[in-house]
Amino acid sequence: MNIVVCVKQTPDTAATVTVENGKVSWGDAPLVINPWDEFAVEQALRTREAHGGKVIALCVGPEVAREALKHALAMGCDEAVLVSDPGLLAGDSLVISKVLAAAIEKIGAVDLAFFGRQAVDSDTGVTPAQVARRLGWPALTLVAAVTALDPASKTISVDRALDEGRQQIKSPLPAVVSVTKQICEPRYPSFMGIRKASKATIPVWSAADVGLTSIPAAGLSWLEVFAPPKVETKVEMITGDTVDAVAAKLAARLLEAKVL
Amino acid sequence: MATNVFVYIDHFNGQAVGAAWEIVGAARKTADALGTGVTAVVIGQGIAGLADEAIQHGADDARVAEDAKLKDFRVEPYASALSKILKDAAAEVLLLPTTARTRELAAVVAVDLETGVVPDLVGLEVKDGKVVGTRPIYAGKVMERVVVSAKPQIFLIRSRIFPKPEAQAGKKGTVTKVEAATGESKTEVLGYKATEVGVSLTDAAVIVSGGRGVSVNPKLTPPAEITDEHQKEVWRAQQGFALIRELATVLNAAVGASRAAVDAGYVPYANQVGQTGKVVSPDVYVACGVSGAIQHLAGMRTSKTIVAINKDPEAPIFKVARFGIVGDLFDVVPALTRELKTKMGK
Repeated sequence: MNIVVCVKQTPDTAATVTVENGKVSWGDAPLVINPWDEFAVEQALRTREAHGGKVIALCVGPEVAREALKHALAMGCDEAVLVSDPGLLAGDSLVISKVLAAAIEKIGAVDLAFFGRQAVDSDTGVTPAQVARRLGWPALTLVAAVTALDPASKTISVDRALDEGRQQIKSPLPAVVSVTKQICEPRYPSFMGIRKASKATIPVWSAADVGLTSIPAAGLSWLEVFAPPKVETKVEMITGDTVDAVAAKLAARLLEAKVL
Repeated sequence: MATNVFVYIDHFNGQAVGAAWEIVGAARKTADALGTGVTAVVIGQGIAGLADEAIQHGADDARVAEDAKLKDFRVEPYASALSKILKDAAAEVLLLPTTARTRELAAVVAVDLETGVVPDLVGLEVKDGKVVGTRPIYAGKVMERVVVSAKPQIFLIRSRIFPKPEAQAGKKGTVTKVEAATGESKTEVLGYKATEVGVSLTDAAVIVSGGRGVSVNPKLTPPAEITDEHQKEVWRAQQGFALIRELATVLNAAVGASRAAVDAGYVPYANQVGQTGKVVSPDVYVACGVSGAIQHLAGMRTSKTIVAINKDPEAPIFKVARFGIVGDLFDVVPALTRELKTKMGK
């Protein structure tokens, strides 16, 4: 199996994110591999371990995003590719999906492309389905379990975590799969893996290298970012002599305030 | 009247989702501001009734793509049908609710029409003839305001942001059938395994949520046959969540959980509220034994009224709460259930 796993570099979810001079700032919080993508890397590695083949980690981002790819290599990916081009830094999902699809085509003969369900910075979750459409592959998003995978007949069956329950769906390969956290528990990079990753050469492709003669225009423009309005809540502590008295008081306050 | 604002009616097997009419209301408001009309789009099989409902909720007319091949939602043929409708009509704006289906549907339509797509809106306004969307990024730590530079401008709006308009019985509009099956799907839906979520978290007006604290009832002794320590903890938590469910039943509420409670195996992931679970915005959120980690707050802090029950007076959840009780949830929750049952006449 030829497997690609797409990763993004994001600030850590524990970072304090603020707006400074009209721009998003996460201070000196570390940049990490998007936490959802760790599940995608793990599932890609498990697929290789079960069916053979290789796993290529793919990232579109600035030069520093190399570190996210090193994390994927340290977890056990065989190769990594960074697509980096100054013109791509302002790209939205419309642009990034085009670049990822072009890079996947350049890698060639790919059976499966794994993604995390969304990135924890922009939180849109639209890129996997967009890459699938550009490649003309089925989009299997929000996958909570791969229930069958047959490399011979090139088919995959998955459970998708939808609002109404788990949808069981069967698809031919190649396909795009975006995963939720139910699918697996990501492994920690091993010591050997970290050493291997630190020595690995990660090729950098430009937009032209993946066959895009010009940088496509973004579909969005961002007017501003701002801190969410502070909601001043003053908590009213409900006290009383007995539990029943406290419960009665809270029930009365909730009904008085007409919130129920 | 030419209509330029299109609204997609999301449904599951012909049943409109909770937010469907809220979004028709949002489309009406947007179209009025732009001086144009609203067309509802319904795609599927056995869904023609939804077009009339959309018109009663504020759409001027409707386009319906109905075909046996569209029985199960698959993004590929649905997107092809929707893209064609939008392209033929030179639509300026497309509004959708934010659900698992619409997120991928809108994403794919954006690729087909080479335009931008903005999900998870918590605000939508018209400014200088452009639709401006407001949405949280970085799990709500920051907000952004975005416009779509190409056409149609595609926005997905979260549940419970816009009010649901009253249905006007008898309101009529033209329902146009359009050719449906413009693309074949390679995938096959084998079936659904229902999960026991009960009332939908994202649509619920009231949510009762449990955290890690739900497992620490010292008064309970697990049955002797459970020997594994973790299984004892899960058993205790399940008794605790039973109390939470009883309160939820009285309030016709959905049951939520913190990540700690989900990771510990007390309840399924489908119940998780927070950064890596569902983002909710109910009228009332009752947090029982939930400490209020930043990742949990990211998923519920826009709730209108937050009630916190926790035995730790220093728990961060009290900082966002309107009403707080420092106490043992195993005593407080059943007492509150009894009290509300009587007061609400149930």
